[in-house]
Amino acid sequence: MRDTTSDLPISLDTVTVRCGAVSILHDVTLEIAGGPPTVLLGPNGSGKSTLIKLGMRLISPSAGHITFGGRSSPGPTRSAIVFQKPIMLRRTAAANIAFALSAAGREPDAATISHLLSQVGLAALADRPARRLSGGEQQRLALARALARAPEVLFLDEPTASLDPAATKGVEDIIARTACEGVKIVMATHDLGQAKRLAGDVVFLAGGRVVERGASPQFFMSPSTDAARRFLAGDLVL
Amino acid sequence: MNAVNARDGCQLNATDAVQLIWSGDANLFAIVRLSLAVTLAATVLAAVVGMPLGAFAALVRFPGRELLVVVLNAFMGLPPVVVGLVVFLMLSRAGPLGELGLLFTPTAMVVAQTVLITPIVAALTRQVIEDLWAEYREEFQAMQVGPLARVRALLWDARFSLVTILLAGFGRAAAEVGAVIIVGGNIDGFTRVMTTTIALETSKGNLALAVGLGLILITLVVTVNALAWSVRRWSEKHAA
Amino acid sequence: MQLRTLVLALTALISPILSFGSAEAQDKSIVVASTTSTQDSGLFGHILPMFKAKTGIDVKIVAQGTGQALDTGRRGDADVVFVHAKEQEEKFVADGFGVKRFDVMYNDFIVVGPKADPANVKANKDIVAGLKAIYEKGAPFVSRGDKSGTHSAELALWKAAGLDPAAAKPAWYREIGQGMGAALNTASAMGGYVLADRGTWLSFKNKGDLEIVLEGDRRLFNQYGIILVNPAKHAHAKKELGQQFIDWVISAEGQGAIRSYQVNGQQLFFPNAAVSG
Repeated sequence: MRDTTSDLPISLDTVTVRCGAVSILHDVTLEIAGGPPTVLLGPNGSGKSTLIKLGMRLISPSAGHITFGGRSSPGPTRSAIVFQKPIMLRRTAAANIAFALSAAGREPDAATISHLLSQVGLAALADRPARRLSGGEQQRLALARALARAPEVLFLDEPTASLDPAATKGVEDIIARTACEGVKIVMATHDLGQAKRLAGDVVFLAGGRVVERGASPQFFMSPSTDAARRFLAGDLVL
Repeated sequence: MNAVNARDGCQLNATDAVQLIWSGDANLFAIVRLSLAVTLAATVLAAVVGMPLGAFAALVRFPGRELLVVVLNAFMGLPPVVVGLVVFLMLSRAGPLGELGLLFTPTAMVVAQTVLITPIVAALTRQVIEDLWAEYREEFQAMQVGPLARVRALLWDARFSLVTILLAGFGRAAAEVGAVIIVGGNIDGFTRVMTTTIALETSKGNLALAVGLGLILITLVVTVNALAWSVRRWSEKHAA
Repeated sequence: MQLRTLVLALTALISPILSFGSAEAQDKSIVVASTTSTQDSGLFGHILPMFKAKTGIDVKIVAQGTGQALDTGRRGDADVVFVHAKEQEEKFVADGFGVKRFDVMYNDFIVVGPKADPANVKANKDIVAGLKAIYEKGAPFVSRGDKSGTHSAELALWKAAGLDPAAAKPAWYREIGQGMGAALNTASAMGGYVLADRGTWLSFKNKGDLEIVLEGDRRLFNQYGIILVNPAKHAHAKKELGQQFIDWVISAEGQGAIRSYQVNGQQLFFPNAAVSG
């Protein structure tokens, strides 16, 4: 049963996430609404992945509130995620997609599966064992699995961090196309170039805090905070 | 085993053993068939009981879970003769399940071997499923996979390891003599299997025959393993 | 789907045993607890087919040590007990576990030992003297040590010689806790002496260096008895079929079958049932 409630906007109110004594995210107040892709930008360890996991409700805040489309529970029902290192099931590529479809309550019929595979350019590899695909192919398959949920929001955690430029381009093209089809993209990356290519608006994180937020061309051309300026200049921001 | 003229105080002779195998003795065939039937039945039952138990212990947090895991692991090393003795006491007419009249029947042998190998199947399944779950956990959470679908997916994805586990159980059951001899009684033509026949013929001094039977037993176990191996290779090629 | 064919194949292979526990009750069969030495002698292979041809009853022999066989009868796991330990048998009946004891046959014990005969047992015709010779020499001696009829006989003979190696446990007295075949194997392997029943000895295939060193003493006679398990104690015991077996064994026909059993041209068992016909 597909429900028509929306997961957007995702609203965080003074959210803190602690792991033991250490704060990974500190007092984050943020709203992510529909529209062009939101890129979470920042150095490693700045809390981008944690923020994404909060958005998918894979973890809960230690303090503060988070709401999805105005409600605090149930969590997001129309969201999907692609992890940085996606885990392939020990089956064929097509069977992986079928599994994702079933989990989403959709019929895993051949037509839908092959459509999804074509969307990510893997139609020819449908019967290949998924674990034998290359890194880039696996990332694309993970994307197809996420798209199988027909999501309203698609989270991506550093999707091309371990890929070569050619594979990266393949994945970025799919992301851009998906954004054009109306899916809200929330993507974490530490790659400046990628952020510039894909972002509609940027959330800049450092040390577990949201340091700056802005629409895409403006942020890159004239950032307002010192930390953002140093990051864009290529310095290490601690 | 009256097919062959044995020699008094005979030395072990390889051709004797082989000749016995090729003579196609009907008695021998019945013994081999019973051995396979008992051990296969026990393996199937152990799978039916042990695999869900192992998956449950891997995935569900319940009070006493740690203790169950320790017990299952420890019982992998249950001495077959002790299992035989316990099952004997249960199935004996003087025992709690005596009404069933199962002692000294092949069914009792299946029961004993099932008891023997279920801990192996359960403990190893738990380990395999637990490891796989650790790997799949985040993805399954993200895909909002329900508990039943989760178990099915894990069992299917672990299928090759699970087959290996079943083979381990099969091997353990096929090799043991302590349990089946106590609960089966080694009755000629009824509950006599390969291992008990080897023990009997050895005690009668028919060493050539015992060696021949030992060779057959080893061949059987190797064949079963080879079959499973080729099924696995075929599956890998066709990526089920 | 290959899964389906696999399941069908497994079922075909396994179903014969699944049908066993229940069909058994309707079958004409009885369970007889007897001893490993009787089984190993091959007697049952000879006489049981004759009994089955006459009555259609399947006799299932569970061969254990005498102690275990009597225990099996006590528990009601067998319908008939057929062993060779008269004192224990009479106690079995006296305790109410058996209906009545009948003499069936006897065979004899012999002492076997290495050809070299270090204790010079061959010089004796008297079992007591022979045992004393072994004791004094400290020659290796294998005891079954399993409460069997043979073991009981062995202990009784040591007692008659005024010796008790089972209690003293000297190093040369090896108790193995196993059956006759295992005892012979052990004696053959270590060049030791052992008290064996002639039946097992004649059909034993691994004699090695062993030979008969003492035989014929009257005290070496080994009497077999057969007892019906008491249905008053165990209602399910197959009283009629069991009684049929006993009646046949002590009848002229059964006794003749026993007499006709030979190994290497030698008669092993000498029927001596009191009741005939």
